[in-house]
Amino acid sequence: MSEPLLTPLYDLHIKLGARMVPFAGYSLPVQYPSGVMKEHSHTREKAGLFDVSHMGQVIVSGADYDTVATALERLIPVDVLGLGPDRQRYGFLTDDKGGILDDLMFSNRGDHVFIVVNGACKASDISYMQNALPDVTVSEIKDRALLALQGPRAEIALSTLNPAVKSMRFMDVKSLNLVGTSCWVSRSGYTGEDGFEISVSADHATVLANALLENDDVEPIGLGARDSLRLESGLCLYGHDIDDTTTPVEGALNWAIPKVRRLGGYRSGGFPGANTILRQLDSGTKRKRVGLLPSGRAPMREGVKLYASQEDKPSIGVITSGGFGPTVGSPVAMGYLATDYATVGTQVFGELRGSRLPLNVVKMPFIPANFKR
Amino acid sequence: MKFTEEHEWLRTDGDVVVVGITEHATTQLGDLVFVELPEVGTVVTKDEEIVVIESVKAASDILAPIDGEIIEINEALADNPALVNEDAVGDGWFVKIAPSDTSQMDEYMSEAAYQAHIA
Repeated sequence: MSEPLLTPLYDLHIKLGARMVPFAGYSLPVQYPSGVMKEHSHTREKAGLFDVSHMGQVIVSGADYDTVATALERLIPVDVLGLGPDRQRYGFLTDDKGGILDDLMFSNRGDHVFIVVNGACKASDISYMQNALPDVTVSEIKDRALLALQGPRAEIALSTLNPAVKSMRFMDVKSLNLVGTSCWVSRSGYTGEDGFEISVSADHATVLANALLENDDVEPIGLGARDSLRLESGLCLYGHDIDDTTTPVEGALNWAIPKVRRLGGYRSGGFPGANTILRQLDSGTKRKRVGLLPSGRAPMREGVKLYASQEDKPSIGVITSGGFGPTVGSPVAMGYLATDYATVGTQVFGELRGSRLPLNVVKMPFIPANFKR
Repeated sequence: MKFTEEHEWLRTDGDVVVVGITEHATTQLGDLVFVELPEVGTVVTKDEEIVVIESVKAASDILAPIDGEIIEINEALADNPALVNEDAVGDGWFVKIAPSDTSQMDEYMSEAAYQAHIA
């Protein structure tokens, strides 16, 4: 394996006492000295600062926004054209079989689209988009870090650097001057909390991080808590909860595909895997991603097989993400179940170290989202 | 007190051996959220898995450091696995074993040797 890449905040992580791990080709902090549980709770109660510079930052440009949006709609089955200026939306790239190549956040930045993709997928996403969309320009932004400031105190903390953040609502984007440099700020994140993601030039990243950490309410948070926070919030982790073997409909991401792209819609289909995905939207799927709440205290993690009863032979599904939810105060999980068993309230069993332990199908998120709508 | 390379400690208490994991181990594992203990009366063999511990992120096995019978388990860990993080060598013990061959203790490290091992 090649040496992991370093983010612009690497020296700061070391200074803060982080334990570093390789992740998506980068060396990133899995936790700081306070530990995953405290970092998780701190983010829910105050504000956490995350280094997510491993994620891909991509600009797609062309003659104007509509040209770029029209091109992207050939790859993404959501409403890109209808997204207003300075607004952000969730989407995904699909393949010919209807599987998900990656999930992403995109924003309308006036004359271009800014996309944030998963770190592990960025190289393939970018070359795929470049090849598939010769009519627009797809460029990776390599000289910017990406920070996330998440939690109920995020607005107060960031407003000390620029009060204009107070006027932003959930999923707004804005270019704002922070610590003397223009930053691309979105009011969104991956924790279920209110918060911001901030794209900042690499040479200002440490100054910005330090300026935020000066606030008593802001603590640095590692990948460990990032995972438990997103899991409690019911958010998918690409490569685990969704991948190229799961369609958006199986992945319970139907909400992201609007009427205009569905059968009978004005811009119906026209994306890879449209036949499969549109049919599934109409007539359902054999399996579905659901939230699962283990009844006992034992965490059930990725790979645990699910059964209809203590005795039944064939498995009816599998856990794709699971662990302990510090805010919920018990284990939480998500996974795929045969549709017959995927109704909220159904009891199923997970096989753990030779015993079958009960779990209930529940609604996600496990805790209410705390966005500033 | 004796220490294993797997970061377990063994403390002789009269005829029984109390077993737990070291502070170094808890620091590496992070916050524990679940501990699964064996049943009292289980006869165990050295290197057999006897305890499962889970941190927020991962599960690990604890091996029996000696042959013997489990005569007591730390019931408090069921409701409060964080005891292991708070007091690894005290209230965070896992099991008490009545050893069948105390000479197995001899192969383990002294505290000084263990400190050198993890340094």
